[in-house]
Amino acid sequence: MTMTTNALPESAPPERKPAAPPARPVNAKRKRRFGSQAATGWLFMAPFAILFIVVFVVPIGVSIRSALFAQKPAGDGLYGGGEIVDTFVGFDNFALALGSDVFWLGMGRVTLYALFQIPVMIVAALGLALLLDSFLVRRPTVFRLAFFLPYAIPGVIAAMMWLYLYTPEVSPFMQLLPEGTDLMGPGTVLLSMSNMTTWTYTGYNMLIFLAALQTVPRELYEAARLDGASGWQIAMKIKVPLVRSAALLAVLLSIIGTVQLFNEPVVMEAANPWMGKAYTPMMLTYNSMMGAISPSGTGPASAYSLLMAAIAGALAIVYALLQRRKGASA
Amino acid sequence: MSVDLVTVPKRPQKERRQKAPAADLPPKSVLPGPVARVAGIGALVVATLYFVAPVVWVMFAATKNNRDLSSTFGFWFADWNLVTNYESLMSWTQGLFWQWVGNSIFYSLTAGLIGTLFAVMAGYAIAKFDFPGKQIAVGVIMAGLLLPVALLTVPLYLEFQALGLVDTVWAIIIPSAVSPFGVFLAMVYAESSVPSELLEAARIDGAGETRIFFTIVLRLLAPAMVTIFLFVFVATWNNFLLPLLMVSSQELKPVTLGLFGMVSYFAPDKGAVMLGALLGVVPLILLFFTLQRYFQSGLAAGAVKG
Repeated sequence: MTMTTNALPESAPPERKPAAPPARPVNAKRKRRFGSQAATGWLFMAPFAILFIVVFVVPIGVSIRSALFAQKPAGDGLYGGGEIVDTFVGFDNFALALGSDVFWLGMGRVTLYALFQIPVMIVAALGLALLLDSFLVRRPTVFRLAFFLPYAIPGVIAAMMWLYLYTPEVSPFMQLLPEGTDLMGPGTVLLSMSNMTTWTYTGYNMLIFLAALQTVPRELYEAARLDGASGWQIAMKIKVPLVRSAALLAVLLSIIGTVQLFNEPVVMEAANPWMGKAYTPMMLTYNSMMGAISPSGTGPASAYSLLMAAIAGALAIVYALLQRRKGASA
Repeated sequence: MSVDLVTVPKRPQKERRQKAPAADLPPKSVLPGPVARVAGIGALVVATLYFVAPVVWVMFAATKNNRDLSSTFGFWFADWNLVTNYESLMSWTQGLFWQWVGNSIFYSLTAGLIGTLFAVMAGYAIAKFDFPGKQIAVGVIMAGLLLPVALLTVPLYLEFQALGLVDTVWAIIIPSAVSPFGVFLAMVYAESSVPSELLEAARIDGAGETRIFFTIVLRLLAPAMVTIFLFVFVATWNNFLLPLLMVSSQELKPVTLGLFGMVSYFAPDKGAVMLGALLGVVPLILLFFTLQRYFQSGLAAGAVKG
């Protein structure tokens, strides 16, 4: 069971190696302990495990199953329709999703969005964290709270705020921009939406970086300075590498978040109908599900969902591998 | 080494801003040069404006009518129209606005309490007990951490429809109460701050496992619990897709979903919409700023160990 092969001294307490030959009573005692430990462990685990299965595991099964079916009229209904029944269609829904221009167009939009928004946000968050972690200001708390404030505002409500901030008649700052600037046109709306996300999540990511930075003992910096390192070198050579794993996680979560981009485009679409019901893949999925887009039904919606999950997973893995390789060579 | 700080003024603006972290020096030995200091503080002030100004604008906008919104300075008052806006918010929401806020509080509170308790139990089990299938459980939970949750919402809807739970409060509370991140956090915390010796001692004294958990472990894990509670609470309050799919009765809507209806409304009173947005986030902001200290310490544990 374990891979530890080195012989243990007779008296050493082998944590989970019942194979060692200890004295009999000890063995019996441990066995009993292990049994009761297992039961207690599972009892504590059970409530979460049950809900986890209901909310995470079953839906995956459901979506795989329903992706293999389509909702079709049962044939000769009296009024030309008949009851809608689930019909097994094999991989038709996947073929449909893979061959759908609308889907890939949406995917292209979120990819473009991610390529721009994530680096801007992470670099800004890191920069602000480094600024607050320096001795620039006496009371960083005020700034920390200010940067963090947008995170307390729900995405939909933030999107509604920004929607008005982008509306020329209402916005307090659009007079400052060149006449005729359209922040919600086909060429600009992605950028405008990425600003919403950046506004909401930069402070949150900054807080994560700050938390990681503040665990570093100050003496390390002093030692580096004594060795002749400049402040810039300390920031780049010591601090940035220290938040590497936090940054990796933040980027991964952002990629996953961006693939399922929904709130912002839905709010924007409510005011800008030209965007259509399939601006992002998640909107496409939702609207197929609701019957607002043809082909509709749970089959195509599930196929889109699974395809997006696969793409998000693949992107996350590729990114993590690239980072690891870079880390190893550095 | 302070030479490079002195040469800063000749550099272009952008680089100067990046240069500001260079001011990280041990407190008394060397303080940042005046220029680096000004540039750094300048950058912080600009960032503060970016993050705070929209919220301040909303506060002013909530007191204006449509005409003043477009014709008066955004960051100051015009004709006091708050009462009219409030009335129009109430009439547009058919008097349901405060019920929506109440619903949001109820969903977030219930999901937060259930989610925190379950997550702490699971995290404690993983950290302190050996049980068969533990490695698999940890792996699955970690995978859940990285799963795009929105994608699960569509099949979740199908599942809940089959269970007859759609358009009930459970359709929002149950999915919101499951927090893999909470389990992860509780696990990290329990490993570092629940001493096994203490548990052993309590067992020798004859305390049952349940009693040990509720009297000793929960107390030790209190900081982690506040963080998890906040996370679940905020995530529940902010979730939009889930209630959009699950809930269709007006009486069950959370405030995010209710307000969304207003945007698409034909020519709404924008001041009233902004007032609704403002009132809809006040409870969340209050909670946040009271508890943010714990939030950060919790994030620290996650960031460091993760």
